[in-house]
Amino acid sequence: MTDDGYSLTSSIYGEKMSLTNATEKEIVQKEMTINMGPQHPATHGVLRLVVDLQGETVVGIDPRPGYLHRGIEKWMESRTYHQIIPITDRLEYITCMNNNLGWVVAVEKLAGIVVPERAQFIRMLMAELTRLSGHLVWLGTHALDIGAMTVCMYTLRERELILDLTETVTGARQTVSYVRIGGLRNDVPRDFLDKCREFTEIFPKKLEDYDTLIRQNRIWLKRTKGIGKFSAEDAINYGLTGATLRGSGVNYDLRKVEPYAAYDKVEFDVPLGTEGDVYARYIVRINEMRQSVRIIKQCLDMLPEGPIMTADPRYAVPDKATVMTNMEALAHQFVLMSKWVNMPKGEVYVATEAPKGELGFFIVSDGSGRPYRVKIRAPSFVHVGALPKMVTGHMVSDVIACIGTIDIVLGECDR
Amino acid sequence: MPDMQQIINFIITIGIPVVVLLSFILANAMYLQLMERKVLAHMQSRLGPMRTGWHGLLQPVADAVKFMFKEDIIPAKADKWVFSLAPLIFLVMAFGAFVAIPFGPDTVIFGRTVHLWVSNLNIGVLYIVALAGIGTYGVIMAGWASNNKYSLMGGFRSAAQMISYEIPMAFAIVTVALMAGSLNLTEIVQAQSQKWFIIVFPVGPVAFFLYLIAGVAETNRAPFDLPEAESELVAGYFTEYSGIRFGIFYMAEYMNMMIVSLLASIMFLGGWMPVQIFPKLLGGIPPISWINTALAAIPPTLWLLAKLYFFIFFYMWIRATLPRYRYDQLMTIAWKILLPISLGTLLVAAFMKQAGWM
Repeated sequence: MTDDGYSLTSSIYGEKMSLTNATEKEIVQKEMTINMGPQHPATHGVLRLVVDLQGETVVGIDPRPGYLHRGIEKWMESRTYHQIIPITDRLEYITCMNNNLGWVVAVEKLAGIVVPERAQFIRMLMAELTRLSGHLVWLGTHALDIGAMTVCMYTLRERELILDLTETVTGARQTVSYVRIGGLRNDVPRDFLDKCREFTEIFPKKLEDYDTLIRQNRIWLKRTKGIGKFSAEDAINYGLTGATLRGSGVNYDLRKVEPYAAYDKVEFDVPLGTEGDVYARYIVRINEMRQSVRIIKQCLDMLPEGPIMTADPRYAVPDKATVMTNMEALAHQFVLMSKWVNMPKGEVYVATEAPKGELGFFIVSDGSGRPYRVKIRAPSFVHVGALPKMVTGHMVSDVIACIGTIDIVLGECDR
Repeated sequence: MPDMQQIINFIITIGIPVVVLLSFILANAMYLQLMERKVLAHMQSRLGPMRTGWHGLLQPVADAVKFMFKEDIIPAKADKWVFSLAPLIFLVMAFGAFVAIPFGPDTVIFGRTVHLWVSNLNIGVLYIVALAGIGTYGVIMAGWASNNKYSLMGGFRSAAQMISYEIPMAFAIVTVALMAGSLNLTEIVQAQSQKWFIIVFPVGPVAFFLYLIAGVAETNRAPFDLPEAESELVAGYFTEYSGIRFGIFYMAEYMNMMIVSLLASIMFLGGWMPVQIFPKLLGGIPPISWINTALAAIPPTLWLLAKLYFFIFFYMWIRATLPRYRYDQLMTIAWKILLPISLGTLLVAAFMKQAGWM
C-alpha cells in the first residue's frame, strides 16, 4: 500500500490489485483470477483460460492455448506429401476426413492434378458425412455445457451411425486417412450407398428431435440469446470463419466462394444468422446439418461411374492388385511411398470449408518430394482469439456457452 | 434404577423407530443414487450400471466401499477444522430433519399402538425449514475452507441460492399452515382427509407449484444446480473433497431430496391418504367404488412412499430434460417472480381463511 495516495496496480501472483487512495480501513477491492483449464470439464480439451472475475462477471479473459502443441507443421517438413495425410488426421481429430481433403486439395493445386469425377463426388459425400458427425459432437458438447445432458447422449448415438458408415468405407472410425493425392484409397463398398440412403432418411427426423428438445426450451433461449454477440464487421476483422462467421450474417462459405471437390455441381443453401449471438450460431449450425443431408442425397443420386484415381501416372498410387502382379507398378508404388515424386516449385494456399471454419494449407515447395514449409490456418486458433471480445462483460456461465459456440478443437488450435 | 418395563418402553418408543428410520434413510440415500443413474440412463438411451450385481443392484455397495477406502485428502492450505466439520453439519442437518416427519397414522402392531414418527413436534414444518437453513452453513463452510476458488464460488452461489429460495418456499409452507391451521405435520395430513391441499383452488396449486420449484433449488438440483455446475465450477463446493467426506456430501444431497419430496407429499398430496377417484362425484358407481376400496386398502405408509418416489422421479426427470440457468437468472426468478407470487398466494389464502371459504 502507498500512503501518498496515488493509485497503484500491481500484479502479484497473477492477482490484479487496484489500490486507490488506500488506507488501512478501506476495503481493498480485488478481482479474483481463476484459472480455467488446462484440466477443466468444459474447455473442450486442454484450453487454458485465465479469467479475471468481479463477482461472477468476467472483466478480463486471457486464452492461453499451446498445451497440445506437437509441432505438426515442423513435422510435416520431414514427411513426404503422401505421408502427411495421416498427420492431418491428428489436427482436428473429430472430422478427419475434412482435414485429409483440405491437404489433398492443396497438394493437387500445387501439382495441377486432375481428379476424376467419381472420386470428387465420393470425397464430397464423405466430407459432408463427417461434417454431420462434427456438428453432432458440437451440438452434444455445447448442450452438455449448458446443462442439457440428454441431448449429448442422443447426438452421440446418431454419430455412431455415421461412424459405422465411415468404417464400412475406410475401415477406420475417426482417423481415416482415406483421401489420396489424385483420388481415393478405395472405392465405396457395394452396400454403402443403400446404407447411406437409409441414413439420410433417418437422420432429419432425429435432428428435429434435438431441435425441439432445445430450441423451444425457455432456459436454452435465456442462456443463448444475446450472449457472445459479434457484429458482422467485428467478425470479419477477427478473422472468424465457418458457422461462427455466418451467425453474424456474413455470407461466406468456401464451398460456394471457391468450390472444391464437386460442390459447384450440387445445390445447397448457406444458412445465415442475423444476431451474431450464441443462439444465431446454434441455428446456423443446425440448418447446416439439414443442408449437409441435402448434399448427401444429391451425391447419392448423381454419383457417376468411373475411376477413383487420377490418370496422371506420376501421382497415381497403383492399386494393390496391380502392385502384386506388375513389376513396374510395384516399383512405382515403392518410389511413391518412400520418397514421393518431385513436385513443381512454388507456393500455394488453398482453403477448404471444414466444419469449424476455413481450414487453409499454405505449402512452400522447393521442388522435392517433401514440402519446404507448411503453414496451417486452423479455424480453432483464430476463434480462440475472439473469445475475449465475446465473453468480457458476461458471466462465468457464459464463458462456457461461448467456448461451445466457437466450436474449437485443441488438436487443431495448438497443432 | 429404572425398572425393566421402563427400559422396554424406551426401546420400543424411541430405540426401534430411530433404528428403523436410520436404516431406511441410509438405504434410500444409497439406492436413490442407483435409481438416479438408472432413470437418467434409460431416458438417455443407455443402460446405466450393469456390472455389479443384477442390473447394477450392488452398485451402491461398491460405491460405499470405494468411498470408505479412498484416501481422505485434506488440502495443505485448507482450514482443517472447518473442512472436516462442513460435511458433518450438512449430514447431521439432513438426518435431523427426518425426526419430525410422520410416516403414517398410529398403527397397531402386536397389540401395541405404534407411532410412525420419532417425535411428533408441534412445530414440525418450522423445525425442518430451520434445519435446512443451518445445512446451508455446511455448504458455505465447505466452499470457504477448501481454499479453492471454484469451491468458494460454489459455496457462495449455494448460499445465495438457498437463502433466496427459502423465502418463497417458506411462504408456500405458511400458506399450507394457514389452510391446515397447524404447523404439526400429522395435523396437516389429517386436515387433508376430505380434500388434498393441492386441489384447494386457487391457492393450493399455486403454493404447490412454488414449493416444487423452490424445492428443486433448495436441493441444488438441475436446472438450478449452479453450486455444483460441472461444466462451470468443476464440482462446486465439494471440488476438494474426496473419500468418505465426498460420500457424505453426496448422500446428504439425496437425503435433502427425500425431505423436500416427503414434505411436498405431506403438505400438498395428503401424505399417507390414499388416492381416490372422485369419491364424492362417482364414489357410488360400482367399478369406481371397487377401485377406490382397493386403493384405500393399501397401507398408508406405502402411499406416502409412493408419493415420495414419484417426486424423486420427477426431479430426476427434470434433470434429464432441462438445461441449467445462469446465476443472475436464478436470482431473478427467486426475487422477481416467485416471491411476489408467494406473497400474493399467502394474502389470498389468509383472506379465504378469514372469509371461511376454506
